Formats: sequence, structure tokens, C-alpha cells
Amino acid sequence: MYHMQTGHAVGFWRKYVFSTDHKVIGLQYMITGLFMAILGGFLAYAFRMQLAYPNEAVPLFGQVGPDVYNAMVTMHGTIMLFWVAQPILVSGFGNYLVPLQLGAEDMCFPRLNMLSYWTFLVSTVLLVASFFVPGGAMGGGWTGYPPLNARMDYTGVDWGGTLWILALALEFAAALMSGINVLSTTLNMRTKGMTLFRMPLFVWMQNAANLIFMFSVGPLIAGALMLLADRTLQTGFFIPAQGGDPLLWQHLFWFFGHPEVYVLLLPALGILTEVIPTFARKPIFGYRMIVYSVVAAGVLSFIVWAHHQFVSGINPQLAVAFSLTTIMISVPFAVIIFSFLATLWRASIEYKVAMLFALGMLAEFLIGGVTGIHLASTSTDIYLHDTYFVVAHFHYTMFPVTFFGMFAGIYYWFPKMFGRKMNEGLGWIHFLVTFVAFNVIFIPLFAFGLAGHQRRIYDPSLWENLVPYQHLHVIATAATIVLLLGQIPFVFNFFWSMKKGRKAERNPWKSNTLEWDTPSPPGHGNFEAAPVVYRWPYEYSAPDREEDYRPQWLAPEAKP
Amino acid sequence: MLQWLPENIASYGAQYDAVFANIYYIVGAWFLAAELFLFFCIFAFGRRKGRKAGYLPGHSWKAMSWVLIPAVVILGFDLAIDHQQVPMWRAIKEKQPPADQTVTVKGKQFVWDITHPGADGKLGTEDDKQTMNQLYVPVDKVIHLNLEAEDVIHSFFIPNLRFKQDVVPGRSIKGWFKAVKTGQYKISCAELCGVGHGNMGGWIHVLSEQDYQKWLRGEEITTSRLDKDSL
Amino acid sequence: MSTAATATLDRYESPSVATGRMGMWWVLASEIVIFGGAVVCYLLYRWHHPEWAESAVHTNELIGVINTVVLLTSSLTIVLAHDAAHHGDAARAKRLMGFTILLGLAFLCFKAYEYSHEVAAGFTPVKNLFWSFYYFLTGLHALHIVAGLIAIATVMRGVGRRENMQRVEYVGIYWHFVDVVWIFLFPLLYLAPKF
Ligand code: HEM
Ligand SMILES: [Cu+2]
Ligand SMILES: [Cu+2]
Repeated sequence: MYHMQTGHAVGFWRKYVFSTDHKVIGLQYMITGLFMAILGGFLAYAFRMQLAYPNEAVPLFGQVGPDVYNAMVTMHGTIMLFWVAQPILVSGFGNYLVPLQLGAEDMCFPRLNMLSYWTFLVSTVLLVASFFVPGGAMGGGWTGYPPLNARMDYTGVDWGGTLWILALALEFAAALMSGINVLSTTLNMRTKGMTLFRMPLFVWMQNAANLIFMFSVGPLIAGALMLLADRTLQTGFFIPAQGGDPLLWQHLFWFFGHPEVYVLLLPALGILTEVIPTFARKPIFGYRMIVYSVVAAGVLSFIVWAHHQFVSGINPQLAVAFSLTTIMISVPFAVIIFSFLATLWRASIEYKVAMLFALGMLAEFLIGGVTGIHLASTSTDIYLHDTYFVVAHFHYTMFPVTFFGMFAGIYYWFPKMFGRKMNEGLGWIHFLVTFVAFNVIFIPLFAFGLAGHQRRIYDPSLWENLVPYQHLHVIATAATIVLLLGQIPFVFNFFWSMKKGRKAERNPWKSNTLEWDTPSPPGHGNFEAAPVVYRWPYEYSAPDREEDYRPQWLAPEAKP
Repeated sequence: MLQWLPENIASYGAQYDAVFANIYYIVGAWFLAAELFLFFCIFAFGRRKGRKAGYLPGHSWKAMSWVLIPAVVILGFDLAIDHQQVPMWRAIKEKQPPADQTVTVKGKQFVWDITHPGADGKLGTEDDKQTMNQLYVPVDKVIHLNLEAEDVIHSFFIPNLRFKQDVVPGRSIKGWFKAVKTGQYKISCAELCGVGHGNMGGWIHVLSEQDYQKWLRGEEITTSRLDKDSL
Repeated sequence: MSTAATATLDRYESPSVATGRMGMWWVLASEIVIFGGAVVCYLLYRWHHPEWAESAVHTNELIGVINTVVLLTSSLTIVLAHDAAHHGDAARAKRLMGFTILLGLAFLCFKAYEYSHEVAAGFTPVKNLFWSFYYFLTGLHALHIVAGLIAIATVMRGVGRRENMQRVEYVGIYWHFVDVVWIFLFPLLYLAPKF
């Protein structure tokens, strides 16, 4: 079997493995991300079982001790953010769609793009390898706080922590390379007629995300090198006894960490800006207003970081200032959310699965948003900081963004990517199970946080003040299992539809943006002829036209 | 939701929980309004034969005001929330009422080392009383804490007092509280500090004046959990 | 090779900056925040530790000055190389890039000499935080020198074949950046602490 293919080997490797085609690279990023999602989800299953039944071995995993628990939680967080959300939403969808939506043939640095993916793959290998080194994987929290993580003795984690830092550094480098491509391509490779304010909002969001990433990650890269030196050479950058300051790390980390949540959020909102108008058959409401809101939020995102440090020992007056900026940043996001709501007003909604996930993301993200106010308010944060309230809050932001956003994108662009449609019935089941189970996991965790449940403890049954509420953990764990099982229809649907799904024409959803002017799937070079753009991308249900959409590439009809 | 908060025994407790409730109701109202609108649209504007969607690109200021005005109102509410909550924060973290007594709490992997002043009421003297994970305080007295750490960052968390402060090696951070109800309440560590983080905790014993004097003299007190040394 | 970059120019909305140059600017933007973050950390610590002046006395400012001159000269040669490439004089461009590489190597040799003497005198990276920062900042910079040298050598090979002459400019931009970083590091590490 194997040697039979060697005749095609060169073609195959160039085409699907060492490819410089932005579409292949985008898919590589996505598929790698999806694999890591299985790992991240499995970890969530294992430690949720431990939380619900602390003294029993976890089926399919085994006994969970405190060291293993810490490692699992840390790796779960790290993987979900940097090996699932970021590669799928930013590098994956970004790579696949930005050149298509701009009407370009490829990214402007295709080989840099390939280097980006392979760097990312190496980082993935390093991260996964870190589970198997002596001392186990990193167990010091996804935030990597020193002094805990600056000396091996404090955690007992040896190589795991060092590999964790190296893997992150490589992942950042890969994301930077991919970002440079998105930014340059957007500036230099817009097809004729594609002015900046005719770009789909998805492209705007991708660019904003990559810019924010680029300008926030630098100091953390410097800090990560310092932490690495502390771990391996015993320097004292973050060790007070040697003159270092542990709080400096927190500043470096959150100067990146907060903008990073927007790096993940914006591409997901970008997916919604394409999916919602298409299935609402209505223009997005307030295009420019959304662009300006994104810019405002991007700028503000650099001056809110210390809201993660209200009780960390920073100057209390500083905390008040950061509380104010944090509260301000809710305004641009309110504008964006309201714009989506206004887009739905008097719409003509098609309940396709992509639309369901998009609407689901809106509905869930709102909960994440409003619970953030309790955390942005300094005084209430005293109590809530580092409790399960925070865990529930950020999962209500990050889960909808990562998974609802991603699923909306996959169901929507699948016909473009593989030339076939996914099955809607299975999709509905997938959506309903995911939607319900997700809420049943995390609503109880809000309550548990209010009851005073601190984060990152491996055995709640040791805590008399928590024991009365143990049933909440059981509920959340049961729902986790349901949620994970609920992904089976998706996985099946994905692979089955690739081979057997209904054939999709070029523009199955009757959308306006340029990627729908290519064959499904698009060949190398994307367009059969260079497209020309005549209008903005959201011309749905225009009163002067019978059809309810008017693509960007359609030449204006001659006026009688 | 708010009934999940544990009993509040801090002198500023009622006020504190009021801030909580206030935010809760404001954002709760916004949340309900937004979700109701969303679900209304989802169900009311489904695709129907013969009906075309409206064409509302929202390009004009007039149209945009439908979005901008609510956003400004939100900003107003946000500022009002902050205005109301900041004094609470100041009262807890910035202004400290004069101390009746000062206790040193030192976090280290994985215990709270607690130094109480002895009968002389001063720290750093012969009769200081040292305990592990057990904090003894008289009721209705302003207690100041010197919060310190020996190795890594921990976080001193007493849910019933709504008290939390990270302890950072190399620094001594001041905190205060006044407990208004006797009893034993849980102390935990809220910042990941290593493998023993999930076991790091203790009890605060809020004692009546007589009991506190007895404890100082080393006599038996008739409360139940006093011999519990670990968690 | 890169089909897209060389595609017919009027295929796209008028590009503002040459694509390669723009890519380089983005690389520099990413690098600036990395070095910026590192230097700001150093400055913050320096502020709180006036006693670092005592350690800083032991840096070798003579070599620091020599290295500054070496790097500035190398910036000059790369500018000249760009100029030559611009006028299509590949041989001259190649020669000047060769000079630049030699100067970069000289910088590294001086730096290595300096490190070895410092370590021999007991000023290792773990001596105290000043020295940790010294090795961290100069080491990070030296790595960028190495990367720059590799990039220049790669471009030089292409120039020999008269390919991609525009890339001389792009590596030149990068090399200037590395130079400018040194112009910041030199006073901050070698000079300022002494006064
Ligand atoms: C399968 C669904 C998921 C479940 C059941 C789940 C559950 C949890 C729980 C219970 C914790 C807290 C553990 C503890 O503090 O002891 C946690 C931590 C965390 N989760 Fe998830 N999660 C899920 C998906 C996600 C996603 C999609 C993301 C982000 C994109 C994410 C990011 C994180 C992060 C960053 C942490 C903090 C890790 C740390 O404390 O160092 N999780 N997760
Ligand atoms: Cu934040
Ligand atoms: Cu702890």
C-alpha cells in the first residue's frame, strides 16, 4: 500500500504537507488545533472527574494526585488558549480566508507562512512531549507566576516547565510570522476596487487581532527568557532574595494576557460578522462604527492589565485607575454587541447550523461580559478573585469564542473548504447538546465561586466549607461528559461530509464576499480571473434588487 | 445567586454585600434586556415566504444612535457602579482604622505561620504566641495583619470576612478586619502555591473577650474545633 | 518562487510600500516591543537599585566603545552596499556586504573576549541582578547579530547571482535596527550607571 504511492510522493508532499498555499496552511493549523482540542478536552474530563469524585480513580486515566492535578489544569488552560483557540481562530481561519476575501492569490510571503506552521508544529510536539519527561508537565498554572515557577524545587516540576516556556516562545514566534503575513497581505494585496472600507469585517478583525498580539507579546517574550534563566541558571530576575520582583512578571504577563483575550475574541466576532448578515439576509448594522469600536477596544486593551492584580499587592490607588479603564472597555464591546442585535432586527433569519452557533455565541458571551463587571469592580473582586466565579466567568467568554465561534465558522465555510455541505440534522443535534451542556457545566460554578471555592485545588472534599455543595461538582462533571460526547456527531459529520456530503456549488449560502466567487474548493491561486470589487460586502436585501443579495464582484447593471 | 455567599461576619459586611447586590441587579437587568431582545429577534424574524428583510445598514448618525445611545447609557451605569464601589475598596485596602491588635501572618509551603501578640499586646516580645494555621482574634476588635510570605506567593483568604490579600515574598503588606461574630471560620489559600496548595488552609477563631483572655493564658476553651491543627 | 509577490503590479489596489520592505517593518515592530520590554524591565530595576552602580564599574567600556564604532561602521558599509545594489553594481554590493559580515564577526569576537574576562573575574550571570541583566540584554543582542549575519550572507549569495537585489535594502534595515539597539544598550549598561 505504502510503496504504491511513492510515485506520487513528491506531488503529495508538496501539495498537502510542505505546502506554501495559504489554504492548506490554514487547514493544517485548524486540524492541529482540533487535535489539541481533543487533548485539552480529555484533560478537562479527567480533572472534572477528580473534582466530582475526589477519592476514586478516574476511568480511562487513573488516580489523580495533587501534582498531576496541577499539571492537568495548567496544561488544559495552556492548550485551550494557545494550541486551540489561537491556531484555529487566528492563524487557521485567518490564513484560509484573508487572501480569499481580499481577492488575492495567496499571502504575500508564502514561505514565511509555511515556516510559521512548521514552527507551530514543533512547538506542539515540545508541549506534548512535556507530559512525558521526568517530573511531569508544567504544574504552576497557565500564568506561570514566579517565584513558584522560577525554581524547580517549588513545584517539583523539572523539564516540564522549561519545555513549557520553550514551546510557548515558539508558538508566539509562529503566530508573529503568520500575523506579519496577514498584515502585509491586507495592506498590499487587495484586489482592484477593494478599498479598506470595503473589506469584510472579518478581515478588519483579523488585522486588529494580529496587531494587538504583535504589540503585547514582546515584553512577555523578554520576561519568558528571564524566567527561563531563573529556572535553568538560577538567576534572580523574579526572586526577591536576589533582588528580583515577582510582581514584575505579573505585569509583563497580564500586559500580554489581557490583550490576548481580544486576540482570540476579535476573530470569532469576525466570523459572526460574516455568518450573521448572510443568514439574516440583512446588512451588518453600523459597519464603520464597528471598525472604530474595534480600534478603540484595541487601544484600551493595553491599559487594563492590572485588573488581574487588584489583590496582588499593587498600590490600591493604581487599582482604582485600572478598574476605571476596565469598565470603560465594556463600551466599545457594547457597541459591537448592540450592532449585532440591530442586525437581527427585522431580519429574515435562516436557521442554519452555522447561524445557530453564531447566535449561541452571542447569547453566551453576554453572560461572560456581564459577570466581568463584578470582577472589574475592585471591591467585589477582593472576594471573587481566584475563585470558581472567575473560572466560570472566563469560560463564558472563552468557550463561546473558541468553540461556538469556531463551529459557526466551520459549518459556514466547510462547503468552500471541501466542496460539500455538512449535514444540517447532525449539526442541530451537535448544537443543542453543546449549548445546553455548556451552560449546565458552568452556571453551577458561578454559584460555587460565590460560596468561596478557591481555584486550582485538587480535592474539594478536604474543605468543610465546600463539602455541602459538592453536588455542584457532580452536576458540572456529568455535563462535561455530555458535552464531550456531544462532539461525536460533529466529528462524524465532518469526516462523513467530506466524502459523502451534498455537493456544494460556488456560493451555496448566497453570500457577498469574494471567497464565494471561487470554485469550491478553490484551486491553487484561488481565482480563475482577478476579481474586481464594486461595493461593500453587506449588500443584502437591497430594496432596488429582486434577489436578496448582491455580491461584491458583481458589476453594476447599466442604468436605463 | 447571591444567597450563595457565605455568612458575612465583617464589620463592613452589610455594606460590602450591598455593593455586590447593587452590581448584580444593574447588570442583571441589562443582561435580561439584551437576551430578551436577542431571543425575540430570533423567533420573530424567521424566514417567511414573501417577506424580505429590511435594508438597514446603519450608516447615518440617526440610525447609529440606536446603538450609541444605549452604549452611552451603559457607560453611565458603569461609572455609577464604580462610583459606588470605590469607597468600599478604599475603606478595605487604603484607609485602616487604628489597630486594637496586630498579628503577623506568614505564608509558606504549605502552612500559615501565625504570630499573635501575647498578653502585652505587642508583637516581637517574649510572650508572642505562635500557631500554625490557627488565627485567634477577639470579637469586635480592629485587627491589623502583617501579611508576609517566605517562599512563593500565597493568598490569605477568609470568605466569611470577605478578606483576601496575596502575600508576596520580599514584602510586608498590611491588611485589617474587624469580626463582629464569634465562631470558627475557614481560612484558605487562594493562590496556586505548589503541590500542597489544595491542603493549605486553617481556621480563624473569633473569640469573646473572656475566651480570648483564657486562650492567652493557655487555658481550655469550650469551643469545639480548637484542637484541629491542620486544615 | 513567490508567485504572489511578483504578480503583475496592477492586479491589486496600489500598494503603498514595497512588500518586502513592509514585511521587514513588521518584523522590526515585533522586535522593538521585545527589546523595549526587556529594557524597561532593566530601567525599572535600576531605579530601585542604586547600588548597581558599583557593579557597573566593572564593565569594560573601552571594548564597549570599540564595539560601538565597529557596529556604526558596519551600518555604513551596508548602506553603501544598498546603494551599490540600487545602481546594479552587484560585485561592489557583494564586497561591501562582505565587509559588513567581517565587522559583525569582529563585534562578536570582542564581545566573546569581554565575556570571558568578565566570567574569569567572577562576574557571572548569577553574580547579582545587574550582571544577570547585562548578560541577558547583551546576549539577546548578540543573538540578533548572529541572525543578521546569517541573513546578510544569504542575501549576498543571491546578489552574486544577481537575484533579488532589493533584498539588500531589507537586510540593511534589519542591520540598522540591531545597531540602534546597541546604541541604547551601550550607555545604559556601560556608561549611565557610573555617573
Ligand atoms: C470542555 C470544556 C471545558 C471544561 C469542562 C473546562 C473546565 C475547567 C475547569 C473546571 C477549570 C478550573 C480548574 C481549577 O481551577 O482547578 C478550568 C481551567 C481553565 N480553563 Fe477550562 N474548561 C473547558 C474548556 C476551556 C476552554 C475552551 C478554554 C479556553 C479557550 C479553557 C481555558 C481554561 C483556562 C485558561 C483555565 C485556567 C488554568 C489555570 O488555572 O492555570 N477551558 N477549565
Ligand atoms: Cu484582563
Ligand atoms: Cu496556595
